[in-house]
Amino acid sequence: MLYSVFILALRSIQRNLLRSFLTILGIVIGVAAVITMVTLGNGATQAIKTQISSLGTNLLMVNPGQRQPGGGSGSGGVPQFTEADAEAIQSQIGGVAAVAPQGRSSVTVVANGRNWASTVYGSTNEWFSTGNWKLASGRIFDLDEQRAGAAVCVIGETVRRELYSGTVGKTGLGNQLRIKQFSCNVIGILAAKGQSGMGDQDDTVIVPLHTLQRRVTGSRKVSTLLVSMQDGRDSAPLKASLRQLMRERRKLAEGDDDNFNIFDTQQLAETLSSTTKVLTTLLGAVAAVSLLVGGIGIMNIMLVSVTERTREIGLRLAIGALESEVLLQFLIEAVVLSALGGLIGIVIATAASYVLAGVMRVPFLFDITINLLSFVFSAGIGVLFGYFPARRAAQMDPIEALRHE
Amino acid sequence: MSESLIQLIDVKRKYGTGASELMALNGINLSIMPGEFVAIMGPSGSGKSTAMNILGCLDTPSSGQYLFKGAHVEALSRDQRARLRRRYLGFVFQGFNLLARTSAQENVELPLLYRGDNAVKRREAATKALASVGLSGWEHHTPTELSGGQQQRVAIARAIVTEPAVLLADEPTGNLDTQRSHEIMGLLVALNRDHGITVLMVTHEADMAAYAHRMVHFTDGKIAKDVANPHPTMVASVDVGQIVST
Repeated sequence: MLYSVFILALRSIQRNLLRSFLTILGIVIGVAAVITMVTLGNGATQAIKTQISSLGTNLLMVNPGQRQPGGGSGSGGVPQFTEADAEAIQSQIGGVAAVAPQGRSSVTVVANGRNWASTVYGSTNEWFSTGNWKLASGRIFDLDEQRAGAAVCVIGETVRRELYSGTVGKTGLGNQLRIKQFSCNVIGILAAKGQSGMGDQDDTVIVPLHTLQRRVTGSRKVSTLLVSMQDGRDSAPLKASLRQLMRERRKLAEGDDDNFNIFDTQQLAETLSSTTKVLTTLLGAVAAVSLLVGGIGIMNIMLVSVTERTREIGLRLAIGALESEVLLQFLIEAVVLSALGGLIGIVIATAASYVLAGVMRVPFLFDITINLLSFVFSAGIGVLFGYFPARRAAQMDPIEALRHE
Repeated sequence: MSESLIQLIDVKRKYGTGASELMALNGINLSIMPGEFVAIMGPSGSGKSTAMNILGCLDTPSSGQYLFKGAHVEALSRDQRARLRRRYLGFVFQGFNLLARTSAQENVELPLLYRGDNAVKRREAATKALASVGLSGWEHHTPTELSGGQQQRVAIARAIVTEPAVLLADEPTGNLDTQRSHEIMGLLVALNRDHGITVLMVTHEADMAAYAHRMVHFTDGKIAKDVANPHPTMVASVDVGQIVST
């Protein structure tokens, strides 16, 4: 019985193609809107997470000064840090994975007869792990080079490309690179990270800390401390003890303001992604309302259709259709229509969010859950809003219905 | 001694209550044998349509008994009557009542769908029924592409595709011109004579009623006259499939 009723429902949809299409338009738009919003929202969240984690996972950046800069150096007059600060953090604070003292300077680097304005960082090997850097080729510094401040450097992909051209991550290794007055040997090339919200991270040259201090800045100070936490650590307590330690080491009295600041990528990531999640939910909810409106549209058309087809229903009842069969036929019509609308909506949403994700430069993440959920929900709307018109059809008196003009 | 196919015993049907109460049928007794061709006649408001609805199991009597093949129809539920209709009854209406934008074939298959027959069986039966009303080759035409006479033939094919015991025709020629009317009557006579289908037909046209073997006249909710027609209009024993399709 179910099969034949299903056939009947399909035939009557097919007989009224234009009306069927208009009926499901509301559902199509609703489903497409919900899925597009959520997919793009998820993509945006993912993009933010990726950008922040490319700075380094679970990274705390300690900078001198009170400002909360996006990685800028401390303001004048405020004392900078020393290597001893880094060692103290490593040994006194639990849950720390690595600490890298970092000095930096903006320089013009020269090689191959070409100039390139870049930033040179001086640090220890911990720098590579705190910043989540991988080597495309070559090696990082050895102990002797670090202690002695040897003339060696590791360069980022942008610097490599500008100075040496050629194949990605290959050419340039073993060549000489001049930074200010000294030449260093390129011993490693970093794997590219690409653009992020923080600028081109690949536009860097890294030398051992002592090399930078002796040959570039001429100072034993360290401008930034990079502290990476062990995986799964909560940043809040660690940040608190880090702050306490730094206050002690910098001899700040009770009540004094901090003369340093701690930039927390984990917290930033959480804040930003929870913001985008709220926005995604909000947009999804607004779109869900349109899905509901679409459902009411289906009920509207189904009611009109039942009235219009009164004689047809009368005939069906007269030739022996059971009440339940007529009910089921109209219910199936509604469900098939709304499920079809859901399917078309999914297709449109997939295409739209794919294109829009490209335009918005966020990753396209196909979320199976939201797609399934929207589909089931739209079919459910068919049942919900199709039941009332279907029952009205089923309970008609065949004699009255046949007489209907 | 054959059993009655249909038996109405003191059937009454009233509409409304109190002052507006209307006695549409007031004590009907009627017995119809299998294979009969009965014309039900009478002026409008005489109760013949109400009687037809009750005979067609679409309506139930307010009081009295309706025995169909010995079963008490008045005691059946709505769904039980629907099952009885789909098994034993075929309907032909004045207004044809074909599904719009639906081929003749699909229209005829409709009752079989409700009976749950499979596609092959449905197609075969519908083709055969259409052939027996002289519409071979018109299977894929929709009602708008058919003349009135042809539409009524499709409706008749739909009524007989289930091989019913009784064919109930409510003014089957009411919307047709004289020539088409006689063709349709010829078809009904042939179905009655050659297939043994009992035919009950409501009509107010005497020359259509003249095809029947028996005429039942209704007046004011009662049977005024119930007479045999000793000389029904003869229809040549032609193969109905050969009737020119018009």
